[in-house]
Amino acid sequence: MVEMEKQVLTPVNENKPQKATNFKWRNIFRGDNRALWTILALIIILFVDRMVSPTFFTVRMVNGRLTGSLINTLDGAAPIMLLSIGMTLVIATKGVDLSVGAVMAICAAVSAVLINRHEAGSDNILYYPGFVIAIAILVGALCGLWNGILVALFDIQPIIATLILMVAGRGIAQMITDGQSPTYTDETLAYMGQGTIFGMPFPVYVAAIALVVVYLLVRRTALGLLIESVGINAKASHYTGVNATVIKLFVYIISGICAAIAGLIVAGENTYADPHTAGLWSELDAIVAVVIGGTLLSGGRFSLVLSAMGALIIQSLRIGLYISDLHPNANLVVKAIVILLVLLLQSKEFKQAVGRLFKPVLKLRAVFK
Amino acid sequence: MKSRFFPLLVTFLVFSAIYVYCYYHFSSFGSMRVVCNLLRDNAHLGIAAIGMTFVIISGGIDLSVGSVIAFTGVFCALMITREGMDPYLVFAIVLGMGTIFGAVMGVFIYYFKIPAFIVTLSGMFLARGMAYVLTTESIRITHPLYIRVSKLVYIFPDKGRFTFAAGAFLAVLVIGIYLAHFTRFGRNVYAIGGNDTAALMMGIPVGRTTIMVYTLSSFLATFAGIVLSLAKRSGDSTITVGAEMDIIAAVVIGGTLLTGGVGYVIGTFIGVLLPGVIRTYLTLEGSLSPWWIKIVVGGLLFGFIAMQKLLSTRPKLFSFRRQVRPTTVSTA
Amino acid sequence: MSTNEQPALLEVRGLTKTFTATPALSEVDFTLYPGEVHAVLGENGAGKSTLIKVITGVYKRDAGTIRLNGKLIEPRSPGHAQELGISAVYQEINLIPTLSVAENLYVGRQPRFLGMVSMQLMNKKARKLLKTFNIDIDVTRDLSSYSIAIQQIVAIVRGVDLSAKILILDEPTSSLDRHEVETLFSVIRSLKEHGIGILLITHFLDQVYEISDRITVLRNGRKVGEHLTKELPRAKLISEMLGREFTETLGKRSNQITNGDSKQDTFLDIKGFAKRGMIEPFDLEIKKGEIVGLAGLLGSGRTEMGHLVFGINRSEKGEAFVEGKKVKISSPHKAIRYGFGLCPEDRKVEGLIADLTIRENIILALQAKLGWYRHIPYKRQEQYADEMIEALHIVTTDAEKPVRELSGGNQQKVILARWLVSNPELLILDEPTRGIDIGAHAEIINIIKRLAKEGKAMMVISSELAEVVDYSDRVVVLRDRKKLTELTGDEISEDAIMHAIAEK
Repeated sequence: MVEMEKQVLTPVNENKPQKATNFKWRNIFRGDNRALWTILALIIILFVDRMVSPTFFTVRMVNGRLTGSLINTLDGAAPIMLLSIGMTLVIATKGVDLSVGAVMAICAAVSAVLINRHEAGSDNILYYPGFVIAIAILVGALCGLWNGILVALFDIQPIIATLILMVAGRGIAQMITDGQSPTYTDETLAYMGQGTIFGMPFPVYVAAIALVVVYLLVRRTALGLLIESVGINAKASHYTGVNATVIKLFVYIISGICAAIAGLIVAGENTYADPHTAGLWSELDAIVAVVIGGTLLSGGRFSLVLSAMGALIIQSLRIGLYISDLHPNANLVVKAIVILLVLLLQSKEFKQAVGRLFKPVLKLRAVFK
Repeated sequence: MKSRFFPLLVTFLVFSAIYVYCYYHFSSFGSMRVVCNLLRDNAHLGIAAIGMTFVIISGGIDLSVGSVIAFTGVFCALMITREGMDPYLVFAIVLGMGTIFGAVMGVFIYYFKIPAFIVTLSGMFLARGMAYVLTTESIRITHPLYIRVSKLVYIFPDKGRFTFAAGAFLAVLVIGIYLAHFTRFGRNVYAIGGNDTAALMMGIPVGRTTIMVYTLSSFLATFAGIVLSLAKRSGDSTITVGAEMDIIAAVVIGGTLLTGGVGYVIGTFIGVLLPGVIRTYLTLEGSLSPWWIKIVVGGLLFGFIAMQKLLSTRPKLFSFRRQVRPTTVSTA
Repeated sequence: MSTNEQPALLEVRGLTKTFTATPALSEVDFTLYPGEVHAVLGENGAGKSTLIKVITGVYKRDAGTIRLNGKLIEPRSPGHAQELGISAVYQEINLIPTLSVAENLYVGRQPRFLGMVSMQLMNKKARKLLKTFNIDIDVTRDLSSYSIAIQQIVAIVRGVDLSAKILILDEPTSSLDRHEVETLFSVIRSLKEHGIGILLITHFLDQVYEISDRITVLRNGRKVGEHLTKELPRAKLISEMLGREFTETLGKRSNQITNGDSKQDTFLDIKGFAKRGMIEPFDLEIKKGEIVGLAGLLGSGRTEMGHLVFGINRSEKGEAFVEGKKVKISSPHKAIRYGFGLCPEDRKVEGLIADLTIRENIILALQAKLGWYRHIPYKRQEQYADEMIEALHIVTTDAEKPVRELSGGNQQKVILARWLVSNPELLILDEPTRGIDIGAHAEIINIIKRLAKEGKAMMVISSELAEVVDYSDRVVVLRDRKKLTELTGDEISEDAIMHAIAEK
């Protein structure tokens, strides 16, 4: 490929004053006015939380650890945020990854079983905490690769392809732990879930770093553009030479890696890996976070930052309901209603139906004018 | 041979092979006891799976069924035990609620063009959440009707107990087959799943049928909840978590194409029993671990999806799907 | 068969339909007699599909009358039209592939026995029904297990059985092979015997002459002629369709052999590419700096030729050489690696990524070629976009607008810009000037010429003969999915192209 960037018609006038707008804020959100809705929703929910609990924004330092509802929200949102990062990319290509919860369980199980060997006195370097984390992440990547192969190479519908691992994954996790929920005492692994830096819980840093890294990965390379292109119009992208197979493999692998890290965090919080409950229903939370973040399930334009905000919204809702006098178990009901509202707002047909409903009123107004 | 029957045939063969293998190792697989237990233990899954079969044949998906089963159980327990309401009235109310629930999801899917996946996902959250809101405790039901139903058993000579749940399962199976193959509604479901725009052009009431499909699924899930509540004589909001995935897997293993248009209710029946057989085998065997069920089901799921893919994209590999010319066409 | 003394089955008078100011049909008359096949012919935008959509009630007409058996009718929807006795069968078969043939015939009206749908009864009825058309097939098998021709026939039989007096066939033969066309025609003949009137739309002239009794030619929404088929010479038909007289010496060539045969190296040499049901084997050679025009009527295989060259569809046989080296063009991705580019016919579906910005659409092909890791810096992207907006006069406020907000002509320029930025050696343009305003039209033609001057190999597919004659160094003429001939240099004229198409 020689001189692919060779000029074609007129040479670029290098002296021409260039627009200095290299970096645009709207590139971060990329969701047009969808960003507004998501940010507004987050602000309202935080505000309501504040009304419910006057101490919601109060942050105190206890034993070198920041505490308070806000910190809990951030801490609790970290795993969903991680999952939603991978899920955003997958959904942007018109896919979905149902297996992330099961992958969390698998990776948590792998880490617990391996570290147990280390604790049992094995000298094998592979059982050292650092390697255990690396192996768990590698396993997550392999799970993602499996999904990616089914979707990209075998052209199986994403819901169905990832359903396989969703169903089998928990069985695999149980097989790894031999049906137990192994506990461990290793501090490095526990740090994944419990550690703090400057008082802030470690998972918050992990989620933030993952967000930044993936953001740079997709927006400082052409991946983001190519992902959106495939999601918006697969046929035209194919005609333009975009290699959708590579793109799809990539997004499912990222999703697997994010799930692995989330699994390590959840396991670290409890210092044990429960193959039954680790990451249970997380896939659905992640999908909801992405939808709230304004990425359409039909693929296309996406915003990682907004999806992360979606994860924050879900967690603020949960914490808010938890600290309120409202029924503590109403969380799922509220979540369902929020999703339905978001979906209805996105539905063109719904807007039209509402429009028709109000048409007589508008007509009346016109008559009286 | 017709290609439509091929997945079903594979299902039959796989099931027979596994059953024969089990029988070879444990002769009790030949007894009515095992058969009746299989029917009893899988009745609620099976009843919901028959509803799911219609949904998947129509080209959709329903993630809410597991939660609907749980909600029904909790609702029945609460109303009967705590409020002292008449069980028949409670059943009527809860079936009505389930029906409306399904119809509303159908309206969202058809009229507002929101993907079925996400609509039924929020339906799942809603139903499970309502169950949690009602109560998170497990409530026993001691109403005389429940005792009566539990005594409603036909006992085979070899002590196989054919329970009410098993009977309900088989009854729903028969009704399901009737609906799918002998009513215009059923045939319309197949048509919509095969190609919904063409179905619309051919004058099939696509909207009504779609809504009815989700209504039927929720209705049957509610009924499954009642059956389970009668069998367990309790209500618990944490049961059947993730059952929807087992049910979808059963439907697919039963030879229904997830892309819609092709499927058999009888196949779903087998697809539901298959994991049960494996579970029974593992219990009798004793040394093997229970997680193998999930892995085997996952493997079967993969096998069937791969097979469906091959069937739909590589017709040349399978001679019976070859394009064929008419046997005789004479020019007029 | 078509005796005018018979009362007409369908009489359409003064039919007018306007879409946002542009008339799609104006004052069109159309008469269909029982037992005749009446072909409606015309190029793109002639109004054929609007005509059938008005008759079947998809669109509401603005003016005119429709009479069926002398009675005024007002079809409200395809369903209503069907009730009145007008059935339509489209190229895309609207049947259910996963149901049996019998069920496709009776879905929604299955025969019942004791309140239950009876498959036996239905299969028996289906067999009997198909027998009346001399079709003997296993009706219990999936529709999808049969050839397209049989599926088409099933659709026709279904339509006729729903009490059709008039059958509209829209492009029924476009994906059939010779043998299948025969089968279909035998059914059409038997329908004629039953006294059914058939309105046929097709691009295949040979078939028009084989099966039709009468021809109506439409052009730009107007009826330009109605003839008995046997009284209409091919040449006259083609000149009516294209709106050009043979005697006229039109289309002065501005591109008078700019490139003598001295200089040019062959860029692409294709030998014997073909695909069943798409195009018959053809050879094609394109030199650097040469513009090869592909001329032919709609459906003649010109788009298919472009698709095969660009690897969208894989050729089943033959070989291709790029600059003398043998290559396998197995996908667009590969073709782009060899330096090809293609601006597709259907901009919206095959070209634009509607939600992306102009800038992103412009750099997409280059970026895809570079791979995801070699990201074009944003500054460079903006330069490319601004440069192209200026060079091609794309009318927009800035490059960050979603491309869907642009007009048709500007969208076409964006796609063109996408390839120019990626700097291909061969550019295939499929109908680059369709549906765009006059100003943009001239600009695009200038760009085509300029690119050839810069040494690019150009392959331009167009239904505008004058345009093709104007810029082509060589014209490939196609008809009925077959390459007929090549015209070079002074041979190129609209007359010559039309003669080539009309030739038996």
